[in-house]
Amino acid sequence: MSELATRPSVRTAALSLGSIWPVAVVALGAGAAFFLFPYDLAFLTRIVIMMVFVLSFDLILGYAGIATLGHAAMYGCGAYAAGLVALHISPDPLLGLVFGALGGALIAWLSGLVLMRAHGMTLLMISIAVTMVLQEAASKARWLTGGADGLPGVSVSPIFGWFEFDFVGQVAFIYSVCVLVAVLVFCQLVVGSPFGLALKGIKGSPSRMRAIGTPVYRRKVTIYVLAGAIAGIAGALAAQVTGLVGIEVFNFSLSADVMVMLILGGAGRLYGAIIGTLIFMVVHHVAAAIDPFNWLFVIGAMLLVVVFALPQGLISLPDRLIRTFRRT
Amino acid sequence: MSVLLSILVDGVAYGMILFMISVGLSITMGLMRVINLAHGGFALIGGAIAHVLTMFFGLSFIPASVLAVMLVVAAAAPMERLLYRHIYGFDELGQVLATVGIVFLMIATVNLFLGSTILPIRSPQLFAAPVDLGFRTLPFHRLVVIAAGILVLAGLWLLIEKTRFGIYLRAAVDNKNAAASLGINTARIYLVAFCLGAGLAALGGILGAELLPVEAYYPLRYMVLFLIVVAVGGLGSVLGSFCAALGLGILDTFGRYMLPDVGTIFFFLAIIMVLALRPNGLMGRAQ
Repeated sequence: MSELATRPSVRTAALSLGSIWPVAVVALGAGAAFFLFPYDLAFLTRIVIMMVFVLSFDLILGYAGIATLGHAAMYGCGAYAAGLVALHISPDPLLGLVFGALGGALIAWLSGLVLMRAHGMTLLMISIAVTMVLQEAASKARWLTGGADGLPGVSVSPIFGWFEFDFVGQVAFIYSVCVLVAVLVFCQLVVGSPFGLALKGIKGSPSRMRAIGTPVYRRKVTIYVLAGAIAGIAGALAAQVTGLVGIEVFNFSLSADVMVMLILGGAGRLYGAIIGTLIFMVVHHVAAAIDPFNWLFVIGAMLLVVVFALPQGLISLPDRLIRTFRRT
Repeated sequence: MSVLLSILVDGVAYGMILFMISVGLSITMGLMRVINLAHGGFALIGGAIAHVLTMFFGLSFIPASVLAVMLVVAAAAPMERLLYRHIYGFDELGQVLATVGIVFLMIATVNLFLGSTILPIRSPQLFAAPVDLGFRTLPFHRLVVIAAGILVLAGLWLLIEKTRFGIYLRAAVDNKNAAASLGINTARIYLVAFCLGAGLAALGGILGAELLPVEAYYPLRYMVLFLIVVAVGGLGSVLGSFCAALGLGILDTFGRYMLPDVGTIFFFLAIIMVLALRPNGLMGRAQ
C-alpha cells in the first residue's frame, strides 16, 4: 500500500512528461526499424500487432493478476468482426477496428461474467474451454465464417479515403504503429488512473480491497472487457493487414505464446509487454531462418535462462545490472 | 443399445489413457503446487524411446515398453534434482515460463533425432487381433489398455493408502511444512512422486499411441486435454483424476459418434459447466 500512498497525484502523474517517454521510444524505434529494414515490413507489422495484443494481456495478467490461457478468444472475435464488416458492410479500416473492439469486448463481457468468479487452475481451464468452443463454432458455422477455409479476401479501403494499403506494406506498418501508440497511451492512462490503482490493489490482496469497499468482481470484469476490446483491435488489425481470417486465430498456442511473451518481458509493466514481444518474435524469426528444424532449442533455452537469471522478466535487467555494479 | 455399449468401451479405453498420463500431473500439481506444462513431454519421450526400440532395435513390445518407462524414470530423476527443485520456488508465472521452456527443449530433442513425423510403435500381432464381446468386436489392444488402467489405479490406491510412502505423500499434500517438521523427508517424497508421475505418463504415452499418435509436438497438442482432466478431477486426487478421465473420455467419444457436428462444443461446454459449479474439481479440496 505504501506505493499507492507515496504517489503525489495520479492525474498529474499520468499527464506528466515521464509518461511520454515510452510512447516516444516506441515511435522512434518504429521509425528506425522502418528505414533500417525496409524489406521486412510485413514481419515488423506482425510484431507491432502482437505488441498490441500482449499489451492487452498485460492489463489483465500484469496489473489485475488475472491469469488466463484463452486470450485468443477476444483476438479471434475481433478478427472475425473486422473481416465480416469489411466483407459485408463497409471496407473502411477504422470502422473495422471499432467493430473489432466491440467484438472483443462483447465476448470478454459474456465470458468474463463466468471467468472472473474463478481462480487459479479453474480460471485457466475455463478460459481455454471458452476459446475452444469459439474455435469449434467458427469452424462449424460455414455460412458465416467460411469454416476451416476462413474468410477469404478481406480487403479494406484506403485509410481516411487517402492512404491506400500498398504492396510493400509501408502503409500497413505505419497504420499499425499508430494504433500501437494510441493503445499504449490509453493503457498508461488506465493503469495510472484510480481504477488502475484499484486493480493493483486487487492483485495484491483481493480480500483487503473488498474490505475497503472496492467491488472486486465488477472491477475485474471491467478490466477484462477493456483488455478484450484491445485484443479485438489487435485481431482486427491482423485481419486487415493480412487480408485473411482463419480459425487459427483461436489457436491455443496463440494464447500460450502471448503469456510467454509477456512473462519473458516482465508482467506488470507496459514496457515489459513491448520488450518481451520484440525479443521473442525476433529470436523466433532469426532462429527459424538460420535453422528451420531446430529453432525450438533456442527458444526453449532462452526461456529457461531468462526465468532462472531474471525471474522478473527482461525488463528487470537494467535494475539488476545497476544493483550489481553498486554492490561492487 | 449395442451402439451405446461400443461407445462406452471406446470411451473407457480412451479415458484410461488419459488417466494414466494425467494422474502423475495431478499428484505433482497437488503436491508441489507446480504448474508442470512439460508433463506431456514424458509421454512423448516414452513413446519415442519405444518407437526406437521396437522399430530400429527389433525389441518386442513388452520389453521395449518396460525399458522405455525405466529410461524415462531415469531421465526424470536428474531433471527433478537439477531443474524442478528450483522451479517449485518460482511464482506461478515463472513456473509457466520455465516448464514451457523445458517442453520446447524436449520437443526440439525428439525433432532433432526422429523428425516431426508420426512415430509408430510396433505392437504384437495379438494386439490387433479382434476380440468378440458379443455386441461388437474390437481389437485386443483396447482391452489391454483398459486392464492396464485398472491395474494402475489399483496399484496407486495400494501405494497411497497402504504403504508408509503413501502416508508420507498424503501428509505432504495436506501440509508440506507440518510434514517436514515431523521429520518426513519431503524432498525425497517430491523426487519419488515426480519420477512416478513421469513413468506413468510414459506408460500412457506408449499404450495410448494408437489413440493419441506420438509425434514431436505431442506434448503441446494434448496439453490442454491433460490439464483439463487434472482440473476437472481436482488437484492431487487420484480417484478424481480417474473419474474425470473416464467421464471425459466417454463424453468425448459419445460427442464424436452421436453429435459429429457439435460434439466438441458440447464437450467443452460441459467442462465449463462442471468447473463453474465445482471450482475445485470433482474431488478437489478447497485450497
